[in-house]
Amino acid sequence: MISNQKQNPIAALFRHQIVIPIAALLLLTIFNVLRDTSFFEVTLKNNSAGNPVLAGNLISVLDNGSELAILAIGMTLVTAACGGQDISVGATAVIAGSVVMRILSGGEASADVVHAPIIIAFLVCCLAAMACGAFNGMMVSVFRIQPMVATLIMFTAGRSIAGWINENKSIAITDPNFAIAGTFIPGIPVPTPVFIALICFIITWAILKFTNLGLYVQAVGINEKTSRLNGLNPTLIKFGTFVLLGLCVAVVGFIKVSRNGTINYSVVAKDIEMDAILAVALGGNALSGGKFNMPASILGAYVIQYLTTTLYAMEVQATALPAYKAVVVIALVVLSAPKVRDSVSGLFRKMSPAKQSGGAA
Amino acid sequence: MKKFRKMMSACAVIAMCGAALTGCGTDGGSTPASSTAATAAASTAASTAAADTTAAADTTAAPATTAADTTAAAQTTGGGSGELIKVGIINNDPSESGYRTANDRDLNNAFTKENGFDAKFAYGKTNDEQINAAKKFIQDEVDYLLLSAADTAGWDGVLKDAQNADVKVILFDRGIDADESLYEASIVSDMEKEGATAVEWLKSQNLDKYEVIHIQGQMGTAAQKGRSKALNETAKELNWTIVAQQTADWSTDKAQQIVQSVIDSKKSFNVIYAENDDMAKGAVAALDKANISHGVGKDVIVMGYDCNKWALQELKAGNWNYDGQCNPFQSSYLIDVIKKLEKGEKLEKKKIVMDEKGFDASTITDADVEKYGI
Repeated sequence: MISNQKQNPIAALFRHQIVIPIAALLLLTIFNVLRDTSFFEVTLKNNSAGNPVLAGNLISVLDNGSELAILAIGMTLVTAACGGQDISVGATAVIAGSVVMRILSGGEASADVVHAPIIIAFLVCCLAAMACGAFNGMMVSVFRIQPMVATLIMFTAGRSIAGWINENKSIAITDPNFAIAGTFIPGIPVPTPVFIALICFIITWAILKFTNLGLYVQAVGINEKTSRLNGLNPTLIKFGTFVLLGLCVAVVGFIKVSRNGTINYSVVAKDIEMDAILAVALGGNALSGGKFNMPASILGAYVIQYLTTTLYAMEVQATALPAYKAVVVIALVVLSAPKVRDSVSGLFRKMSPAKQSGGAA
Repeated sequence: MKKFRKMMSACAVIAMCGAALTGCGTDGGSTPASSTAATAAASTAASTAAADTTAAADTTAAPATTAADTTAAAQTTGGGSGELIKVGIINNDPSESGYRTANDRDLNNAFTKENGFDAKFAYGKTNDEQINAAKKFIQDEVDYLLLSAADTAGWDGVLKDAQNADVKVILFDRGIDADESLYEASIVSDMEKEGATAVEWLKSQNLDKYEVIHIQGQMGTAAQKGRSKALNETAKELNWTIVAQQTADWSTDKAQQIVQSVIDSKKSFNVIYAENDDMAKGAVAALDKANISHGVGKDVIVMGYDCNKWALQELKAGNWNYDGQCNPFQSSYLIDVIKKLEKGEKLEKKKIVMDEKGFDASTITDADVEKYGI
């Protein structure tokens, strides 16, 4: 068996989880090469403030994919530990964004300069989103409610709560310092969200590398009882993953409002929860929990954004857009399902002995 | 078996939560929907605060108090003196949009005791919630039922009940699919007229060429259909080029991506026609990034809708060119209709279309920004 796998690199390759998002990226890239090579052009221009900025579709993918990639980190952990998903991330992101707007606008409808230090607004929004995460986490870990049902509460109430925080006002903040997090640092041509996402990746990598969090989360996800017998505290670990997801959500909410400069409670980060769950699925992670592959999830998030940007560049008719997306997504999700991967891998394994015997004859 | 037990207990918890919420709702009395919501907020606030006392105290306290205020305000009007006109107002969730917030504020300011009204408010995101509220208002024997329906279908039954109970129904903002005899009047925005006004303005700019990026709202909504229609027709008729036509679902960052994508494909354009202010703002962000000048006397004309205050300020500063109004201030029309009906006068026609303005950056005044900004 083992020697067979060694002999057949393709079969071994398909056993790797990360292959699917990479293959999807390659496929989309090949498609774009065939369609129009100018898709890949990246140019350095000056923006209206006279600062150099990079522009191009690839930069758009990296820039706009940041939020989803950050969410995918938290969602992967929650999925792995609880075997369920948090569907309230979009609503919670709006709460986080609303808190930021409330603090920075000082209750006014529009502000040319921020009324409070931006870092304070960010910290408070982190606490608010983590509190929402803690609420979800408590429902799931202590009261043992199905994650999707538990987070349905925040999903339903979140946007109304976000509205109440600002008395439903449509607020615009035009302070250039506030826009930095969602646009560009003056003089640096790479969009700031890319850096923020990178920082999140590095922190996540360090945590998974130097602590046992990853192991504990997987242990709880695979078998809660066994992990308890081995001295872990599943309740605490599940609760912790939701709080961590809350932190990711806060960062996303902050980037969103900073990018837009306004907040529209019913529209901001709409349906992002579904994309985040999709990213986890595209990464080949079992949505029923257990083992996970973080880089695969993150790549999955960028695949989704890549697809969106490609569809925009193709100028698909607005009404047909969701249909196109659905077709690609179904294909990718089916391919990334562990069962399909196993059988594809098995297929290649079966094929190669046949070839060998054919060669001998 | 164990799984089944787990699920049962989960169901029980949810059912209990639900019961608790509705229980408080009926205790609160006057506003079923809003007080339920208030309790929801309060309970969320309480539980989040419990989970993280130091953090949540500051931020979650705000929604809880505002919600409590509204309920309290609504309750004070429940006195029931004979001379006041009893009005039940059913609206959509105020957090739906800036438009709805302005609309709700306008109604709250107009239907006061000082103006001779005993008004009760109810909010619902769905028809079911709204129909329940309507039934309650009919039981409470209100004189008028003012309704902005969440969904157009399914109102016949409750409106017939209203008619039998001698409650006069006036629709505002949104029409419904029901027989005209079931309501007294319908005060609406004409989205097609809004679109036509805007496109007429664009036509009057007499540009050498028209190359338009058309950013649509959520497909199928009344606002999207009405605002797209005029542009589509005029573009066909006058041979304007539609460089791109995409939906951004009312979202700022999607609009930014769409315009970014057009810029990256190096197509030329000189008009941005966005079907709301948020999307216009996103488009402008993409223009700024690519150093394309926009606004009065610049390369690209920027058009938006809804008259958010910040959008009108952009207009005043000359960064945008046009903003179309979707009039949320319906109270004056409503009061006018009620006064006529009270006097026993007949209305000329049931459908009343509101006046809606379009603001040009070169003529807008600070007073306009204050008065019409929502």
